[in-house]
Amino acid sequence: MTAANYDTARGLALLTMMERIRAFEEQAELAATRDQLVLGAIHLSIGQEAIPAGIMPHLKKTDLILSTHRGHGHTLAKGADPTAMMEELLGRDGGCCGGKGGSMHIADFGVGMLGANGVVGANIHIGAGAAHGAKMLGDGRIVVDFFGDGAINRGPFLEGLNWAGVFDLPILFVCEDNQYSASTKTSDMMSGEGAAARARSIGIKTHEIDGNDVEAVYDLAAEITARIRETGKPEFLHAKTYRLHGHTYFDPAAYRPEGEAAERWANDDPIQRQRDALANAGVGDAQIKEAKQAADAEMIAALAAATAAPWPADNTVYDDVQDIGSPVQEAF
Amino acid sequence: MKMTYADAAKLALAECMRADPTVWAVGEDLGRGGVFQQYKGLCEEFGPDRISDAPISEAAIMGAAFGAAMVGTRPVVEMRFADFALCATDELVNQIAKARFMFGGQSRAPMVIRKPMGMWRSSAAQHSQSLESWYVHIPGLVVCCPATPQDNYSMLKAAIECDDPVVYLEHKDIWALEGEVDTSQSYEFGKAVTRQKGDALTLVSWSHTCNIALDAVQDTDIEVIDLRSLWPWDKETVINSVQRTSRLLIAHESVQVGGFGAEVAATVAEKVACKVKRLGAPRSLIAYAPNLENQLRITGDMIADAAKEMML
Ligand SMILES: Cc1ncc(C[n+]2csc(CCOP(=O)(O)OP(=O)(O)O)c2C)c(N)n1
Ligand SMILES: [Mg+2]
Repeated sequence: MTAANYDTARGLALLTMMERIRAFEEQAELAATRDQLVLGAIHLSIGQEAIPAGIMPHLKKTDLILSTHRGHGHTLAKGADPTAMMEELLGRDGGCCGGKGGSMHIADFGVGMLGANGVVGANIHIGAGAAHGAKMLGDGRIVVDFFGDGAINRGPFLEGLNWAGVFDLPILFVCEDNQYSASTKTSDMMSGEGAAARARSIGIKTHEIDGNDVEAVYDLAAEITARIRETGKPEFLHAKTYRLHGHTYFDPAAYRPEGEAAERWANDDPIQRQRDALANAGVGDAQIKEAKQAADAEMIAALAAATAAPWPADNTVYDDVQDIGSPVQEAF
Repeated sequence: MKMTYADAAKLALAECMRADPTVWAVGEDLGRGGVFQQYKGLCEEFGPDRISDAPISEAAIMGAAFGAAMVGTRPVVEMRFADFALCATDELVNQIAKARFMFGGQSRAPMVIRKPMGMWRSSAAQHSQSLESWYVHIPGLVVCCPATPQDNYSMLKAAIECDDPVVYLEHKDIWALEGEVDTSQSYEFGKAVTRQKGDALTLVSWSHTCNIALDAVQDTDIEVIDLRSLWPWDKETVINSVQRTSRLLIAHESVQVGGFGAEVAATVAEKVACKVKRLGAPRSLIAYAPNLENQLRITGDMIADAAKEMML
C-alpha cells in the first residue's frame, strides 16, 4: 500500500535516473581503476545525482544545458546515450565527440547538451549567450547552466549573470555547491555569503535548496522552469550537495576532515534517501532494488560495448578544425 | 564608389544584416555608432537587438556571442580595441576556436571578432598593439588583416558569411582612408593581392604597413604583395614571386620577434633559395610621447632603405 498523494511513478522515475547516473559513474570508475582504459581525468558526481535527476524532467529535448568538468550526470539525464558517453571516456570511435573530447568535453548537441567544459566557470556566460541566441531566434528554448561553488569566484560568474539580467534571458543558473573546489574548502577562499547572496545582489531571482532531496529539487525546478518559460527572465538555484568521492577518480580526498564523507554517506546519500522515501511511501523492496539492478546492467553493457569499440581513425585529427585553411602540415 | 575604410565595413555589415536576419553585432557603445563610428546609423536601421550595446564585459561579450553562435545566430563581436580582447582570451582560444573539434564536429562558431589594432596617435602600450601572430598560432581561427576600403568591404562580408570563427583585425589608423569600393568584388580567404608588380624584389606585408610599403616603393621594380589573411595565407603567390625575384622582404608593424614575418620567411626559405629580410618592431613597448612612439614604427623610409640594400 502506498501513501496517499504520493506519486509513485514519479518517485521511481527520479530514483531510476539517479541510479543510472550512479551506475554509469561506477562503471566509469572501474574502467579507470580496474581496466586502466580511461585515459584522462574523470570527475565523478557521485552524491550529487539528485540535481540533474530533479531538474531535467522539466526540460524538452530541444532545451539546452551546459555543464562542467563534472558533467556525466547532466549529460545522461538530458538524454545522451550511455554507450556513446562511455566510448568518449575511453577515447573511442563512436564516442559522442568521436574520441576527441573525453570526459571533460563531453557533449551531445542532439539532445541539447552543449558541452562540458574543462575551464572552470567558462560555461556561465556562454550559457547566457545560448539563451540570448534562443531568445533572438524566438524558438522558445530555455537554458539550464550548471557550475560548481568554486566557479563563483571567477569573472564569468559576474559577467554571465549580469548579462542574463541585462538582456532578460530565459536561463536557469544552477550552482551545485558541493563545498569543495578541488582540494580547497570553498568557504576558505570566498568572501561574503556565497552563491545565492551574490546572485541576489545582481538582481536575479534566487532560490536555495537541499540538492540531495530529489523530490524537492523536482518540485522547485518545475516551478522555476515554468516561470522562466512564461517570463523569459533568468533565475538562480543554489543547490547544496556533497561530493562523496574525490575531486578526480584518483583523489583520495585526504584533505577532508576525518569522518566527514562517511557521515555523509550514512545520512545524506541522495539515492539512499530516495530509496527510503519510496519505502516509507509503501513501494515494495523489489521495485526499489529493480531500479539499481536495471541501471547496473545497462551501464555494464555500455562499458562492454565501449571496451570493444575501435580507436578513431588517425586522420580524424584533421577533421572539424575549420573549413578555411587546411590543418595538414605540408610535406616538403 | 569612393568610401572610407570605416564606411566600407559598415556597408558590408549592413548588407549581411539585410540578407540574413540571424546576423547581429554586439559590443560596447554600438548603439551610438561604436568608438570609431564604424557602426554609425546601423542601430537606427536594425534596432538595438541586432546592433546591441553590451556591458563592459569583454569575456561575456565574447562568451555570450559564442553561446548565441552555437544555437544558430551569426554574431559579429566588437572588441573596441584589440588590446581589450585579451580580457576574452579564454573565450576565444579555449572555447570558440576549439568547440567544433573538441565536440567532434557537433557545433560550429560562425562568428566574426572585430579587433581594431595598431598604432595611431599617442595611445601608449595598452591601446596600440598588433597581435595578429598570436591568433595565427591557434588552430580553429581564421585571421584577417584588411588594409584598404575595398578589402574591408569584401573581407568583412566573406568573414560574416564564413562558418569558422574569424579574427578580424582592422587597423585603427586608417578608418578615414578613402578608396574605391566595388561591391561586386568578392574575397576568397587565403588569396593575397599583388598591389604592385615587379621583378627585382618581393615585398610582403599586410594591414596598414602594406599601404606604407606601397607608397615607399611606388614606381620601382619591386613587387608588393598584401597577404590580407594570415591564416590561411597565400604561400603560392609569395613563393611564385620570390622564385622570380630571389629577394624577400617582409614588413610588419608588430614585434619582429616571433612575428608572422618569421613564418613567411621560413616557409619561403624552405622552398626557394633567396635573400630574406624582416622588418618588424623592436621588442619594446609602445610609448606615449610621439618621439618614443616613432622609435618603434616601421616607416616608409626604413622599408625603401632595406629594399635598396637587398638589391645592391
Ligand atoms: C580556470 C580554471 N582554473 C582551474 C582549473 C582546475 N580545476 C578543475 S576543477 C576545479 C575545482 C572546481 O570546483 P567547483 O567549481 O566547485 O566544481 P567541483 O569540482 O566541485 O564540481 C579546479 C580548480 C580549471 N579547470 N579551470
Ligand atoms: Mg565544488
